[in-house]
Amino acid sequence: MRIVGPIIAVCALAGIAWLGTGPLSLYTLFGVIIPYCAFAAFVVGFIIRILNWGRSAVPFRIPTTAGQEKSLPWIKQNKLDNPSSKAGVVGRMALEVLFFRSLFRNASTEKTEDGIAIGSAKWLWLFALIFHWSMLIIVLRHFRLFLDPIPAWITALEGLDGMFQIGLPVIYLTDLGIVAGITFLFIRRVVVPRIRYISQTIDYFPLVLLFGIALAGIIMRYFTKVDMSAVKELTLGLVRFTPQATVTEPIFYIHIFLVCCLLVYFPWSKLMHAGGIFLSPTRNMANNSRAVRHVNPWNYEVKKHTYEEYENENWEKMQALGLPLDYEHVKEEEPPAEAEAGAAEGAPEAANTEDSEG
Amino acid sequence: MKKTGIIAFVVIFCALALLPFAANAISPKAPLELDYNTPAIKSLEEHKCIESTEFMRSSHMQLLDSWRNDVVRNGDIVYTATDGTKYEKSLDDSCLTCHSNPEEFCDKCHSYEGVNPYCWDCHDSFGLWRQNESNEALYQDFLASVEGGQE
Repeated sequence: MRIVGPIIAVCALAGIAWLGTGPLSLYTLFGVIIPYCAFAAFVVGFIIRILNWGRSAVPFRIPTTAGQEKSLPWIKQNKLDNPSSKAGVVGRMALEVLFFRSLFRNASTEKTEDGIAIGSAKWLWLFALIFHWSMLIIVLRHFRLFLDPIPAWITALEGLDGMFQIGLPVIYLTDLGIVAGITFLFIRRVVVPRIRYISQTIDYFPLVLLFGIALAGIIMRYFTKVDMSAVKELTLGLVRFTPQATVTEPIFYIHIFLVCCLLVYFPWSKLMHAGGIFLSPTRNMANNSRAVRHVNPWNYEVKKHTYEEYENENWEKMQALGLPLDYEHVKEEEPPAEAEAGAAEGAPEAANTEDSEG
Repeated sequence: MKKTGIIAFVVIFCALALLPFAANAISPKAPLELDYNTPAIKSLEEHKCIESTEFMRSSHMQLLDSWRNDVVRNGDIVYTATDGTKYEKSLDDSCLTCHSNPEEFCDKCHSYEGVNPYCWDCHDSFGLWRQNESNEALYQDFLASVEGGQE
């Protein structure tokens, strides 16, 4: 049911779109109203999630230290795996976001006759990378439908994507990439017993939904065809607030409706890792705990009684006994109290300025 | 710092999400208008292409692609339309005789939708090649031989 459920759900969603635009001809509902609502839900939901995350506490410096930390000058620091500066953190995050560096280190553990073998497992990294880059390029490519005139970089991106000029309309490499990526990610969950055991409906549903979107798009582009000028009229109308749903092909509305479902679902699902990755505390912090004092921001103020104060209070007795005195005697209590307050406030400020966020 | 980071994130996200709307608010709005007013089309009794408008709109590229393969690989240059009329399988000699204004017809739609067909990778140079009289004569001989061979 964990696998079949999402498939049924996505088929049902596609069926709703087909029913609404095939027999019922509700073009304005599926072409205009639902897309606007879905986009608004996506943007608002995304912001709510980010703000919620932003409110949560980050009391500790917990970067993963996957290399030599900054130490004595003759010991070589691993600046990307154990960054001590902001630049290092930016570099680490960029490699993480763009190339999934930590996934590249993914290892698989296998039982062998002698015991346990740990090997490198790059397939997940490779197909995850193929999927995500295809997805990014496909999303960017779609901006040809929302901009007029079309910027040269989109045309160049499309040219690059279809550079082998296979078939007509030219086959996009990213179309193949996204299908291959989703298929691998799906099969991995089904075939590997341990992954299958921990896979839930919410793991399968986004994969099936994305597959449905890609499939509807591919069918529309390569097989059943739509009136592209009507499509662009609608998409341009949407971003210009003068929408006219003149497209009549149900396959187009199936594609759009599934995308709308994705947009609504996105902020409240695991797909939010798109925004969340920038907030990963184990990646976006510099490992400078030895150079900078970080104070838990909600620590209550500890009542301190410094040696200076102690000496000051007992100055006369100590002097009478001939004990060594470190500080000048102050009659009033205020100056040492001020110095103490200053020291207590100074530390968290210094710590906060070093905190980095994506 | 933490707060400013989150706010910057949200602001950048909003800016990206609203970018298409903003870009369209400032860009000029030119509706797509195709020009069918060429002398050849005007002289037609019935204003119709070789197949239905819907078919031509959605599938002309595949028609042209199959034409190219038929002509170049099989020497098959006669296209029989659904209504039985025969046409030469040729972009230059069939399509462009009526649509003699590709800048106002083909290119308008293609640039509107961001399509970059590679027709002119070959056809431009072929047109130039044919401007030479002896080459044109060669081409006509070729056409005649292919047509003669078929019938």
